Amino acid sequence: MRMNYGTPYRTVGAVVFTTILLVGVQACKKKVPPPPPAPVARTVEAPPPPPPPPPAPAARINSFTVEPRSVQRGQTATLAWQAANATDVAIDNAVGAVEANGVRTVNPASTTTYTLTARGPGGTDTRSVTLEVTNPPAPPPPPPPVPTLSTSEQFDRIFGAFSNGGDAMFDYDKSDIRADARQALTADADALKQLFASDPSFSVVLEGHCDERGSAEYNLGLGDRRATAAKEFLMGLGIPDAKVRTISYGKDRPICTDTNEACYQRNRRAHLAKGN
Amino acid sequence: MKIYSFIRNMPRAGFVITLLVVSGLLGSAVLSTAQFKGDIVKGGERQSIAVPDFRGSGDAQRYMDVFNSTLWDELAGSGQLKMIAKTSYPLNVPQQPQDFRPPVTTPNPRRGQPPVVSNSGPWLTDWSGSPVSANYLAFGYAGVQDNRLALFGWLYNVGLENADVNGAKMINKVYFGTLDAAGAKKVARDFAADILQQFGAKSLAGTKIFFASDRTGNREIWSMDYDGSNQTRITQYNSVSGMPAVSPDGRMVAFTTYAGGNPQIRIHSTTSGRRLPFYNPISSVVETPEFTPDSKQLLFATALNGWVQLCVSNVDGGGFRRISNIRAIEVSPRVNPKTGNDVLFISGRGGRQQMWRMSLEGTDLEQLTNGQGDVANPAWSPNGQQIAFAWTRGFEPGNFNIFLMDPATHQVTQLTQNSGRNENPWFAPDGVHIVFTSKRGSSTQVYSMLADGTNVKQLTTQGNNLQPVWVNGVN
Repeated sequence: MRMNYGTPYRTVGAVVFTTILLVGVQACKKKVPPPPPAPVARTVEAPPPPPPPPPAPAARINSFTVEPRSVQRGQTATLAWQAANATDVAIDNAVGAVEANGVRTVNPASTTTYTLTARGPGGTDTRSVTLEVTNPPAPPPPPPPVPTLSTSEQFDRIFGAFSNGGDAMFDYDKSDIRADARQALTADADALKQLFASDPSFSVVLEGHCDERGSAEYNLGLGDRRATAAKEFLMGLGIPDAKVRTISYGKDRPICTDTNEACYQRNRRAHLAKGN
Repeated sequence: MKIYSFIRNMPRAGFVITLLVVSGLLGSAVLSTAQFKGDIVKGGERQSIAVPDFRGSGDAQRYMDVFNSTLWDELAGSGQLKMIAKTSYPLNVPQQPQDFRPPVTTPNPRRGQPPVVSNSGPWLTDWSGSPVSANYLAFGYAGVQDNRLALFGWLYNVGLENADVNGAKMINKVYFGTLDAAGAKKVARDFAADILQQFGAKSLAGTKIFFASDRTGNREIWSMDYDGSNQTRITQYNSVSGMPAVSPDGRMVAFTTYAGGNPQIRIHSTTSGRRLPFYNPISSVVETPEFTPDSKQLLFATALNGWVQLCVSNVDGGGFRRISNIRAIEVSPRVNPKTGNDVLFISGRGGRQQMWRMSLEGTDLEQLTNGQGDVANPAWSPNGQQIAFAWTRGFEPGNFNIFLMDPATHQVTQLTQNSGRNENPWFAPDGVHIVFTSKRGSSTQVYSMLADGTNVKQLTTQGNNLQPVWVNGVN
């Protein structure tokens, strides 16, 4: 212990010397550039006291990760961990006891939180990670079908292109099928056959109409007669009876309300409309 | 000289010719009117009546204008009486029998001189003599009794030879009504009904007109009183409904409607408004219902094998049988209310739509109209001796007018002319009035007239009003 006393005296001497030296430098300041700062004098320390006996080290988890953090159901993720000072290490959720450092592949059905527990003589450490499991996205929609017209749209297109909508026209107070009506109904029948073939559930209504001049009572009968005559003609061309319903509107649904023959003629008709 | 005189007289000759033409036209009009063989009393044979304005005491006076015009219209509209214009009436009008003062005869005339008769007040001869020349006089007054309108009415036969005040008396009655315009109308109608009863006329009070109207936006069945009041909706199908027929007992109204898709007949109660069971035949169209006089069967038209034909069934649709069988359109069956057998109908069997007649069994066929034009809407008079119908004879198709026919002789009389499209005539229960429709502007309305074509009155104004039938109320 005694030998150590010499050091403080030497230090004091060095400080004194340095101070004198600094004063002398100050005295002739203007003549020489300032010297670089003096290095800090090293202090000599006393040796530390001997350490206490080390306590048993606490188990410590240095890292616990899952990669990736989110998967779709059916895909796998990897748990990785590093623990220290542990005597036993375990992960819950059916993983079980593991090495202190390791990786493990997991494949849960749903979002799961894994908890890593490291136990050692000095204590326990736990850390959790959560693996999110998402539902797989809906299967992609089937590719759009090649666009086709419904039977109803086909009907509208075909009959809209016919002159007078394919109507059969009649003379005043008559239900005879005229030559022009024969032509119209023949074209109607060809179109109907195609529609019925492509869509077996499709059916039509034949409406009978009259001009305003006859009585309401008689025109109801005349409209029925015109619809029936047109239907009979279509059936003669092979249109099935059950595909065509008839209805008479008499003079209650005119498409023209002028009082001249051109208008009357437009109203004297059998008109094909879509069925229910 | 003669030539000169002729030329000089040319204007006058032209005037005479014009007169002849005009009087010829008038003459033919009179002739055609005279062909009506129903219950209307012909102009020249009608009894004449004087109806001076009644006055009221106190508050009653406020409603006397309504009373006087209603009484006049009811009597004038009956077709039974010749109304004598008020301008010829004496100034001194009696209000009650005590107002009459028999003429005074000077007791002792000079020898050789006729006795001097002096009039000291109103007397029967004021009305029976010139210029009034009435057969009958209706007079009276109104007052307020217990806060009601009391109408004291008298009818006197002033045309009786040497009549005194008691001998001439035909009606002496008090009528009560509410103290307002409605009450004044009511007592006027009641008094008019009593007066008309003296001349054999039936009152229309209580009768109903059923018709189709689209005033709500949908064509529904409606009813109204004979004068157009109390217009009431019967159905609410929000579809197209029309062609009503009412059973003679007044309890059922049948009509054609699209409410079920295709046109079909439905029957409703006129009292409860409820639908009654009626099973339609399976057909694309069922229309123009008509009850038999016993209200137990229904005639109608329906499509059978492609043609609308006539048939008959019970009022529930059972017992169906067809009564015509021909490849033609046949509609509008109408049974003679007196015989219950003769069926009028419209048929295209001869070419154009014409009026035919047959028995309820489908036998004894007869074409009634002569093949000209189009015919529609036959209707029997209540006594079964006249037919009213719509016909385009003499006009373009669609230009219908109302005609009458004597079914025994087939003689026809045209009732409407130069006034729009006229259809759906129907006799009133009194046999004297006819209700019909006329399109005289942009809409079709219901009108009534006397069965000689006079006294035309419009009964409806809202929307289009079609296919009227005039019936007794529920009895």
